[in-house]
Amino acid sequence: MAGSHADVQKHVRAYLLVFGALALLTVLTVAASRVEVSQRLHITIALVIATIKASLVAAIFMHLFWERGASIWWTLLFCALFFAVLMMLPSFTRFDIPPQATEQMWDVTAKVAAPAPGH
Amino acid sequence: MSAEVLPYTVHPHPLTGVYSGKLGTWLFLASEVMLFGALFSTYILLRVGAGDAWPTHHETHLSVPIGTFNTMVLIISSVTMVMAWASLKMGNLSKGRMYLAITVLLAFVFLIVKLIWEYWPKWQKGHMPAESTFYACYFTMTGLHALHIIGGIVVIGYFLLPGAKLWHHDPEYYTNRIECTGLYWHFVDLVWIFLFPVLYLT
Repeated sequence: MAGSHADVQKHVRAYLLVFGALALLTVLTVAASRVEVSQRLHITIALVIATIKASLVAAIFMHLFWERGASIWWTLLFCALFFAVLMMLPSFTRFDIPPQATEQMWDVTAKVAAPAPGH
Repeated sequence: MSAEVLPYTVHPHPLTGVYSGKLGTWLFLASEVMLFGALFSTYILLRVGAGDAWPTHHETHLSVPIGTFNTMVLIISSVTMVMAWASLKMGNLSKGRMYLAITVLLAFVFLIVKLIWEYWPKWQKGHMPAESTFYACYFTMTGLHALHIIGGIVVIGYFLLPGAKLWHHDPEYYTNRIECTGLYWHFVDLVWIFLFPVLYLT
């Protein structure tokens, strides 16, 4: 972590560089969204750029690049593992479902059963 | 009763390797990752499930220029937040407070732009969370994020005004508290970095 004035000055230079990079990447992600490509590629490009921006924020603004405290890295490791599981949950929902069921599984139209005779 | 001093607010704890406030903040942020992660996971499930029924970004009525403007506002506020910490680290309280004040100002700009140019026109046209799955996701995710911005304004505002007294007793402790506040503020920026392309651009 920064101790002396010189260390902090180095940090400040890094902050300004990251600011430039974040501004540039923001313009880039908006420009990329206007290019005619498939929806899948749009999402991939947007998420890749967002991940780069988030990594820069975490590394430089949140000081992880200079962080030596092991407890913080352990916290982040477990956080990353559980986050990965959370992101995989949507795909788990498709396991063990017969193909004919998956075709209709998203049909949320209310199906009202005909009333039984005598009611 | 003797006043006890909270230990390891300035120097690293021998077991954790960091001052305790920083570890506490990171543990809190890990829980925040889970909170927003659950919403993103739900969004993926709903969006993939909806297939072609999901509105395209032309049909969602979200303004990319306004979203881009607010993205830049948050990025600049992250820079001013970290510059506040750097100024305090170099012993300059007045400069540090100036950067904190700019950060709070930018946070208000974000909220006002969001309310006046994004939420309000949608509400007037009747686009409410109940209208569609997209609007339910949009208002839940951006609304929770806006609540975090308000939380940030409260905390930064506290350290800008009454909390700044701590500087005169223990400048290092105050600087560390600003670093922890900054960690939270950068996290709020980081969430927006994902919300913006996910909701506005794809």
